[in-house]
Amino acid sequence: MIDRDDVLHVARLARLNLDDGEVDRMTRDLGDVLEHIERISELDLEGVEPTTHVVEVSGALRPDEPTPSLTREEALAGAPEAGADGFVVPSPGA
Amino acid sequence: MTDLLELTAAAAGRAVATGDLARSEVWEAYRARAAADELNAFTWVAGADDAPPAPAAGAPLGGIPVAVKDLFCTRGVPSQAGSRIIEGYRPPYTATAVQRLADAGAPLLGKTNQDEFAMGSSNENSAYGPVLNPWDRTRVPGGSSGGSAAAVAAGLAPWAIGTDTGGSVRQPAALCGIVGLKPTYGSVSRYGMIAFASSLDQAGTLTRDVTDAALLYRHMTGRDPRDATSLEHPEPPGLPTAERLDGIRLGVPEELSGEGIEPGVRETFRQTIALAEGLGASVDTCRLPHAPHALSAYYLIAPAEASSNLARFDGVRYGLRAEGSGTLEDLYGATRAAGFGAEVKRRIMLGTYALSSGYYDAYYGRAQRVRTRIAEDFRAAFAQFDFVVTPTSPSVAFALGARTEDPLAMYLSDLCTVPMPLAGIPAISIPNGLSEGLPTGFQIAGPAFSEGRMLDAAFALEQAIGFDGSPARA
Repeated sequence: MIDRDDVLHVARLARLNLDDGEVDRMTRDLGDVLEHIERISELDLEGVEPTTHVVEVSGALRPDEPTPSLTREEALAGAPEAGADGFVVPSPGA
Repeated sequence: MTDLLELTAAAAGRAVATGDLARSEVWEAYRARAAADELNAFTWVAGADDAPPAPAAGAPLGGIPVAVKDLFCTRGVPSQAGSRIIEGYRPPYTATAVQRLADAGAPLLGKTNQDEFAMGSSNENSAYGPVLNPWDRTRVPGGSSGGSAAAVAAGLAPWAIGTDTGGSVRQPAALCGIVGLKPTYGSVSRYGMIAFASSLDQAGTLTRDVTDAALLYRHMTGRDPRDATSLEHPEPPGLPTAERLDGIRLGVPEELSGEGIEPGVRETFRQTIALAEGLGASVDTCRLPHAPHALSAYYLIAPAEASSNLARFDGVRYGLRAEGSGTLEDLYGATRAAGFGAEVKRRIMLGTYALSSGYYDAYYGRAQRVRTRIAEDFRAAFAQFDFVVTPTSPSVAFALGARTEDPLAMYLSDLCTVPMPLAGIPAISIPNGLSEGLPTGFQIAGPAFSEGRMLDAAFALEQAIGFDGSPARA
């Protein structure tokens, strides 16, 4: 069963800051949902292939030809902080 | 003077084509109704000065405007997917499905409210507040396409589109007394849909009747070079005409029609089965042995894909940014903490857990194997039956707040709608009479690309049921 330490570890993997109350609530909610979900462990799935895609697609590749794309200005227009050349973030080394 | 509000979208289009109705009259009437929305169904409505240009001569949708779920990107128009994390986001491009409809003569009327990133069955997970059910404003409209369903049911929009991942078109359609079509996976381009679970997400229609569903779907479907999973429909459906169901074999899966379904919903389902037999259909019990595990597989696969898709909301390229302690990693964590609602956080956590080292095989891997079994169950059923039929939702619309504290109870709302997207097959919900004064839905599911036959069968049943949706428009 999932505990507080698991929740904190997964939150770190998901880059999601949780406060203490949320950690408690999440531990309880995920425990309830996983208890239900774990019923699939009762099934015999020996030799069953996992589904990778539901409908058969062939020839999905398009010709590799350049087409117009967003301009730099359009691509940067929604950014919380942008410079002349790109998105601005704190230095990863900081 | 025609009472515009009593016309279906197809009928309004015909009236425009014959000159009985002015296109501008349709636009103005619906724009005014949408702008006066009291159900919180819309998050954006076209302005009085935004009248669309006349459609090309012979455009098949006649200029009848369409309401669009907010997660479809629309160029220059807010597209927030029910989330605070992209509040005010105006995309630089338009989703293929929306563009195709506009090209066919259905301009954008407004954007509709939804559960955040389509995660929910009640529309209570929207950062912009819940949508109210037009049949009873103390109840939910269903979700996640709750705004689209409520808008069409209440006559605030002639027709609408939404997306269905585990039932998000069919369940709100059922709870609001309208028709909801979830097409075959890949038959409508996902380009420009803000992604929830990419292997399941499919655009669909929310309409007053089956004919409107056929007409709208016909002009959304088709291969799109911008979505490598999209497919050309081998038989794009025409308008349905069937009056009878002679020779049609309907299978009723015992796993999805007994336990867990409210008695009143079971009763309306039973009545419609009797109507189907009267129209010439043969009805028998069938088995979908793995259907009871579909919810478990779904609530692993969909959150796993969501946790990956939603990684893009990190405060860098668009939307909200919270600085946190000043490091890049804390900028991500603080932005996501501030921008996502409780349910989205829960699904991201569930999905990240299911994909994490040491659990991948036990959860995600197993779920994908269960998914194979579910698809095999349907294939076996379709060897004996033309369609599988079930109630759409196990209950009628529930009270606002009734299930918000219990995620598992909310997830069980998807009992009958989750198996079909796991198998990639199409299904439609049609209004199936009232229980306790509230709409119920009848669901018909068929093999991949059977939309034409499915719409015909739905049409024949719709005529026989004779549902009256007018109370919701009053």
